[in-house]
Amino acid sequence: MLSISNLGVTFTQYNQGLRRKQLTVITDLDLDVQSGEVVAVVGASGSGKSLLAHALLGILPKNAAISGTMRFQGEMLTPKRCQSLRGKAIALIPQSVGYLDPLMKVGAQVQRVAQLTGCSKAEAKTGVDRTFTRYDLPMNVRDRYPFQLSGGMARRVLVSTAVVTKAQLVIADEPTPGLHPDVVKETLSHLRELATEGRGVILITHDIEAALQIADRVAVFYAGTTVEIAAARDFHSGNLRHPYTQALWRSLPQNEFMPVPGNQPSPEQLPTGCLFSDRCPWVSEICDAERPQLRKVREGWVRCVHAKG
Amino acid sequence: MDMRVKPLLLFIVIFAAQKLLRLGLLLMAVAVFTFVLLSFSPIDPVKAYIGADMMQISPEQQVLIAERWGLDQPIGERFLDWLGQLVQGNLGTSLVFNQPVSEVIASRFQASLQMLAIAWLFSGLLGLALGITAGALQGRWPDRLIRFYAYTLASAPTFWVALLLLIIFAVSFKIAPVCCAAPPGVLSQNVTFWQRLHHLLLPAAALSIIGIANITLHTRQKLIDVLHSDYVLFARAQGESLWNIVRYHGFRNILLPAITLQFASLSELFGGSVLVEQVFAYPGLGEATVQAALRSDIPLLVGIVFFSALFVYTGNTLADLAYPVIDPRIRLGDSLT
Repeated sequence: MLSISNLGVTFTQYNQGLRRKQLTVITDLDLDVQSGEVVAVVGASGSGKSLLAHALLGILPKNAAISGTMRFQGEMLTPKRCQSLRGKAIALIPQSVGYLDPLMKVGAQVQRVAQLTGCSKAEAKTGVDRTFTRYDLPMNVRDRYPFQLSGGMARRVLVSTAVVTKAQLVIADEPTPGLHPDVVKETLSHLRELATEGRGVILITHDIEAALQIADRVAVFYAGTTVEIAAARDFHSGNLRHPYTQALWRSLPQNEFMPVPGNQPSPEQLPTGCLFSDRCPWVSEICDAERPQLRKVREGWVRCVHAKG
Repeated sequence: MDMRVKPLLLFIVIFAAQKLLRLGLLLMAVAVFTFVLLSFSPIDPVKAYIGADMMQISPEQQVLIAERWGLDQPIGERFLDWLGQLVQGNLGTSLVFNQPVSEVIASRFQASLQMLAIAWLFSGLLGLALGITAGALQGRWPDRLIRFYAYTLASAPTFWVALLLLIIFAVSFKIAPVCCAAPPGVLSQNVTFWQRLHHLLLPAAALSIIGIANITLHTRQKLIDVLHSDYVLFARAQGESLWNIVRYHGFRNILLPAITLQFASLSELFGGSVLVEQVFAYPGLGEATVQAALRSDIPLLVGIVFFSALFVYTGNTLADLAYPVIDPRIRLGDSLT
């Protein structure tokens, strides 16, 4: 239902004097999501995960320009269509309780989200009641302010904001960091449930372990580009295609706990060839010559010329 | 129910006790400073008291007056003596008006109060409206226009704005009176409400124009901060429009700083009224301040100093009281379970 190909996001900045600077933070990002599946988007900070969410919702800052194509339910996502879809067909589950208005009661905020989808006030109210009951939120939670919520409650309230909308595509932006393991598990199972109901879920995270618990497929982002899209089972079966994904997998504590040496290139000085070339163990001359295309290898997608079928 | 009322009552008692203690300390400090400053000032109280009749009073008689007033005592004793009178509510007699200082202040403040209230409300409401408009439309032409207006006024001296208004509305258009609180030659009991308002409006406008700039710029900046917050980003992701974001989230979140500023501006307003009343010859407390200073009326001057300290302190206390009413984080923060 969602397919993104060759998405690029460029910021125009003015630094000292009035010199204009183009900063390309996303180059060649590809992703597709079917209804009923959870696609995890993993990558280090600065790999373009959150910007992807903002691009889908049409809430990028004004100085950002988008290239490439985004299709939602068969139709192109233009900025205008983004505007009419956000909150209705596409919903965001934000990172933390900091994304709720600190001075507004939680119930009123969730109700407002429901009303924005076109419900009447009464419908929105019953919608909130139903959703809060579903997530075991006591009725008095509606009269609390965000600062009065416990960590687990806050997560459930944030999930509620997406559930009251009936959105077909739900984007969860880093929903798990800094939470108690039980709460992480609970939150992830809520996301899985949303997919089981037939929605498409994009789980943005840098926690591969958490992602693998519920995701059907995993898209790995590196420096604003998709390097690999693999099935979740490919991780455990050693069927990974891209050297960066393999290195990420090895860096987990339960595996070899080997850090990936080096750093992600900064958007100010991207290499002309493959973006991972300076850290890659397989690097050769072709890698520096041009950027590799995304191609299908062993039922998955990879952006590396050396990956073998 | 009982469980909830008790902490509230306790809170009020503690709050009031704290505030009163601070007020006492503040007034004490004001008393010490005014007394020390005035003792070192070149004003001779005896000369100021006698005024033009100085020639007819012999030096011996002057010494006698000084002795009777205790001016020959050491400074510490004089201070205690004066403080004793002050505590009993005796602020002395104004030399300029020949009336007890408390009466002068009461009647003068009544005249000023209407002007201050109009200016205060007007500058607060208009400043808030302009600030919200400018902040929401940041960088667009309404914002530029409002900022230009605010910066111009923020850098314009009060008396100059007052003179300008006087020239335009009283001299050129002749729709406003040139001076005073009532038409000349009319007995005070015959002055109608409309005449009073007519004379009040121009000074009040002059005073509020200055306040607007400050409140506009602060409100604008605060709204811009709010519009860049995570919760507004989330509201946009839910499909909320700009004006609804301002309505549901912006307004709520800028109200607290706006109210603080509004009450804190009481002191500026009070200071501004001294200049404005002088330009319009409006017989309020500000004009009395100038008279007292120019004619060495020490008792009145001291009285006004105390009164203004009390006035500003009251304003700040009201702002403090408004916090828990508006911000649930302050109101409910302690009862967090």
